Amino acid sequence: MATNLNSSNVATRENRIGSITGYIGSLKDLASQSECGTLKGCSRCFSQSSSCLSMCALGQLSAIRDVAIIHHGPAGCSVAGAGTYYLDKVMAKKRGVTNDTVYVGTDMNENDTIFGSTEALRKIILEVNKRYSPKAIFVSSSCATGIIGEDIDSIVDEVKEEIDVPVIAVHCEGFKSRIWATGFDVSDHAVLSGIVKPPREGIKSNKINFKNFYESARPEIIEMFKEFDLEPTFLYCNSTVEELSHISEAVATTCICGTLGNYLGNVLEEKYGVPYVRSINQCGIVGFEAWLREIGKVTGRSEKIEKYIEEQRAIYLPKIEEVKKELKGLTAVLGMGPGYTFEVSRVLDELGIKVVWALAWHYDKKYENGDVPPSMKYLLDNNIDFEASVADQQNFEVMNILNKYKPDLYLSRHPGSTVWAIKNGTPSVYVADEYMIFGYKHTLEFAYTILDSIRNRSFEENLAKRTKLPYTDWWYKQNVGKFLVQDKT
Amino acid sequence: MAKLLDKQRYKCALGSMQTVQAIERAIPILHSGPGCAQKLADGNGSSGYFSPNIFPCTSINEKDVVFGGVKKLHSTIENSLKVIDADLYVVLTGCIPEIVGDDSGEVVSEFADADKPVIYAPTAGFKGNNYKGHEQIIDAIIDQYLKKTDNKEKGLVNIWADVPYQDLYWLGNLRALENLIKEIGLTPNTIFGYERGIKNVDKIASAEFNLLVSPWVSVKNMKKMEKKLGIPYLHYNTLPIGAFETSKFLREVGKFAGVDEKKVEDVITEHEKYYYYLIERFADLFLENRVINKQFTVVADAQYALGITKFLTNDLGLVPAKQFVTDDTPKEYREAITEEFKKLNYGLEAEVSFETDGYKIHEEIKSHDYHGYPLVLGGYYDREVTEDLKGNFLNISWPVKDKIVLNDAIVGYEGGIRLIEDIYTVASQRFN
Repeated sequence: MATNLNSSNVATRENRIGSITGYIGSLKDLASQSECGTLKGCSRCFSQSSSCLSMCALGQLSAIRDVAIIHHGPAGCSVAGAGTYYLDKVMAKKRGVTNDTVYVGTDMNENDTIFGSTEALRKIILEVNKRYSPKAIFVSSSCATGIIGEDIDSIVDEVKEEIDVPVIAVHCEGFKSRIWATGFDVSDHAVLSGIVKPPREGIKSNKINFKNFYESARPEIIEMFKEFDLEPTFLYCNSTVEELSHISEAVATTCICGTLGNYLGNVLEEKYGVPYVRSINQCGIVGFEAWLREIGKVTGRSEKIEKYIEEQRAIYLPKIEEVKKELKGLTAVLGMGPGYTFEVSRVLDELGIKVVWALAWHYDKKYENGDVPPSMKYLLDNNIDFEASVADQQNFEVMNILNKYKPDLYLSRHPGSTVWAIKNGTPSVYVADEYMIFGYKHTLEFAYTILDSIRNRSFEENLAKRTKLPYTDWWYKQNVGKFLVQDKT
Repeated sequence: MAKLLDKQRYKCALGSMQTVQAIERAIPILHSGPGCAQKLADGNGSSGYFSPNIFPCTSINEKDVVFGGVKKLHSTIENSLKVIDADLYVVLTGCIPEIVGDDSGEVVSEFADADKPVIYAPTAGFKGNNYKGHEQIIDAIIDQYLKKTDNKEKGLVNIWADVPYQDLYWLGNLRALENLIKEIGLTPNTIFGYERGIKNVDKIASAEFNLLVSPWVSVKNMKKMEKKLGIPYLHYNTLPIGAFETSKFLREVGKFAGVDEKKVEDVITEHEKYYYYLIERFADLFLENRVINKQFTVVADAQYALGITKFLTNDLGLVPAKQFVTDDTPKEYREAITEEFKKLNYGLEAEVSFETDGYKIHEEIKSHDYHGYPLVLGGYYDREVTEDLKGNFLNISWPVKDKIVLNDAIVGYEGGIRLIEDIYTVASQRFN
């Protein structure tokens, strides 16, 4: 991969790493076709709404403390500012810090789409800087500004002369990628090109960059890493601009979700030689140990890590074996981003739960370094296979599958998905917290959450009995891939 | 012209997908980017029969921007009719198709003979906010679905109020308005919420009159219905909260509808008796606490800013500081609304500012002398500034993060009691 940090644009996942959003088949077929380069995605002639990449991009950036996001577009684009305001306040409070990040819009109207509004944008940037003195300013485009050709790069270049903190253009046209995770890359690109500085001379660091979402396991990870003489820098929730400017000095980069972290990890490695920890992720026992060992290898701390693994195994493995007895034989369908679907599938296999169908919201054929994602490789190497599809949260496809397979359990990681499963009467586990299956302790908790979810099905039953599902009988009789159309290229 | 939208309190016109969502078994079909629905949704009662993540969407991509998306729109509507079991399909256009010039209306007209009605509303984000988008949806229903009829149902009144979902109490408020109307012997008809749906949409044209309870939202719709469907309307600009305003409201509606005066007065007397039974028992708390002062500010859309100002002033005897209307009220309505804020008991007049810039609102709140702890009823953004001033804060307008409302209402006699409960629940957690 050759990254160009001089351009404010980052290529979409589709173009950069051949990501797709439409596929139906099996895990083995998906993986082997990716390996030999024959995998082609499909589009849909009928689809339901999904996500906008700007939510991922600006959601990440607006979690940084004391910055400003200026979302140049109609009021609907910047509406995420309301959620951001709330999240920033509660997340900062939880950490015992303050966060005065602002996320504003420009309320673009019809005249602006005809005559342009770069001058108004210039004034808005200056006014925001005057009001809040942010530590960095991110100026984002939207679909509307992108189509009318509003040149936000030039405006940003102009105002840079009047503002003494980084001002960074962020390109968030929602139509440019069907893969919202492209937004994660957009945010990483903005941080890498506008904030991260080359390592300072003579700085010796024991810091490890830890890319995550909401740092819910922060205290315990800090404790654990202390034993290895490592200090995690959690990104980007509650990060400071100062912290971010030095992430090039870390001993390694790791992430909680490959989809979230691979752009940052790869570019830091490529530009500054910061090793990127490539392994299956921390979910489950196998994943956690593989990840720790890879960190040991990359940072030269294998001995300490082996000792830790041994201690923890003694505490947790017997307990996990105990709960596994009750889970054995259950069947599950899951729908998550690819950074989790193939990881959680592995954990379910470890717990003795049979995955009958796994949906990934998108699929990256290759990671930035050209390899097949490690989670896929693990499943293949261990001869684990199941039916699989790629669907960008297409709920009607999920429901078609649940209706046909009637699994004991549905697991999802995205809002608005599990509710449909329970209306179908299928007990569901909402795996929203990225640390829900992290390491020994949370794998044990996860196993018990599953057990509790299927032990008391009252809520699902009560609701399902009284609700009518919105899909027609016709749809339930169709093949799940009814609306897929093979892409031409 | 683009402007600094700091601490924004509304969405864009496409946000009116929530207006459609509030009509039972009506589904929005979005001709927009893939993430608009998710962004415009709130986690506040959105997993009903339809939820935003299952709204059909053309999910416009780069190719559609270049070559147009009409083909995709056609296949999306066609298959929505097959896959989704709905009574009404409302195609909403976002920014992209309207800039690149897709003729979405033409595509929709190809479904004129479909088994179920398919209508279309242009709701590009740059056309205005979700208050205006709400009007666009009702206009679409009037223009493309409703037919004029001479067959009027005696006493049938269509009730229109503010924007579902944007208003966290929309469901309860509409039901409360219906009940009030019913009590004075009229038959209410509304189209939003539980078991209203298409059967009530079908009744609109047979109503004797439209009752609009809003300072400005839907005035245009009322005029259109008057002209096109021959339905006269009563525009009542104050959302009635508490005894004082609700009694006034009933008298005016009764008079307009020609209801026997005694009947109206009997209803009022009965309600006021119980209302003041409750108030009397708690009057000591209202007077004898060390937390609530006299002066208050409302930061909300015109509906709540005006309704709550009148309630707190005319009912509870508080005194308005400056009030802020944040819904980007169209200029032509501002003067009349400003005048309405001056019609308060004892000749009191509330100063009102139409302001969408949250920073300026906060600067004004900070610089105002409330002669004690301020009481602020507003959006979640206003919580911190109120707390910094050691004031009391209640989250009543969007964005709402402090409160979950399933079917509560703040309209009418009971609604006033609810609002009092909420205000004094906040107060009771403090002692000074």
